[in-house]
Amino acid sequence: MNFRVTVRFVAIVGLSAGVAPGAEALEMALPGRQREAVLAPPRSDSVLEARTSAVASELRCPVCQGLSIQDSPSELSQQMRDVVKEQLRAGRRPDEVLAFFVARYGEWILLRPAPKGFNLLVYVLPVLVVVGGAGMLAGVLRRWTRHPPAAQ
Amino acid sequence: MNWKRAAMAATIAIPVVWLFAWGLTKDPKEIPSPLPGRDAPAFSLPVFAPGRPPLARAAGDTVRLAQLHGRVVVLNFWASWCLACRDEHTTLSEVALEYANRPVAFYGVLYNDQASAGTRWISDMGGQSYPSVLDPGARTAIDYGLYGVPETFFLDVSGRVAYKQTGPLSAKLLRHLVDSLLASGKAVGAAAGSGS
Repeated sequence: MNFRVTVRFVAIVGLSAGVAPGAEALEMALPGRQREAVLAPPRSDSVLEARTSAVASELRCPVCQGLSIQDSPSELSQQMRDVVKEQLRAGRRPDEVLAFFVARYGEWILLRPAPKGFNLLVYVLPVLVVVGGAGMLAGVLRRWTRHPPAAQ
Repeated sequence: MNWKRAAMAATIAIPVVWLFAWGLTKDPKEIPSPLPGRDAPAFSLPVFAPGRPPLARAAGDTVRLAQLHGRVVVLNFWASWCLACRDEHTTLSEVALEYANRPVAFYGVLYNDQASAGTRWISDMGGQSYPSVLDPGARTAIDYGLYGVPETFFLDVSGRVAYKQTGPLSAKLLRHLVDSLLASGKAVGAAAGSGS
């Protein structure tokens, strides 16, 4: 397996799993021609499909409850996936395609809201709760081990 | 000791309960459109239902947004399978006729539906005064950030989206919006005239 095939394989696996940071890291790590192989307008259908489903998984279906346009069988979602695929084929980057939909539907269309302003709460709160919970648990455990309940 | 504990529990619980309670006051189906204030997305769509004189356009004609510059545009997305569209149909048809001599263009855009079903629906409803166009692949619907029907977009004379209405329109609101857009359009026109 030559390098380019490996890179492409990794890109497909990464993108289809929806690992955007992985794809970005890959993009940064690749020099010249190999980088082009991942980022240039996709030549093969499977790469285009993988990229389409990665982008479509980030977009909310407007006529469903909490589904992405990748997971929704609705007609509008199918049509939106067609738009995504068309734009990727024309050489637009995934973030440009997402921006296209945000300009039309607002940030609501993103299943993963941008981590800024009020949205930060979604990212910060779970961490705070886990850290706070762990702290409380540690405190309680320490108290229990320091003063073991009288043996029955 | 118990008081301290209760106070700590309250400081944690009250903001969380407040956040959830505030969330209940929001309608998750209500999506604020980013379009008002921006240039309306361009479109070029074929007429399938001609409407009636004086508003008629021949079936097969292409309606382009660029041709409508200088007029207030009322763009109503509808479908034959849409129940709420029946509520506003007569209103739209009648109000469009009232403005036949003014620089206002009414167009219906058929959303995810067959032209034949749309034509049948119009005749079942007793006709429609203004023309309707097809939107293959819902491309224009997506450009306008549509998530259901009926949705109506009001474009001002300079081609900007001024207002978006989700759900059926009342005659009062429709007239009010068109009148205010015509009035602001005149002001814009007068300013441009004095400048030249």
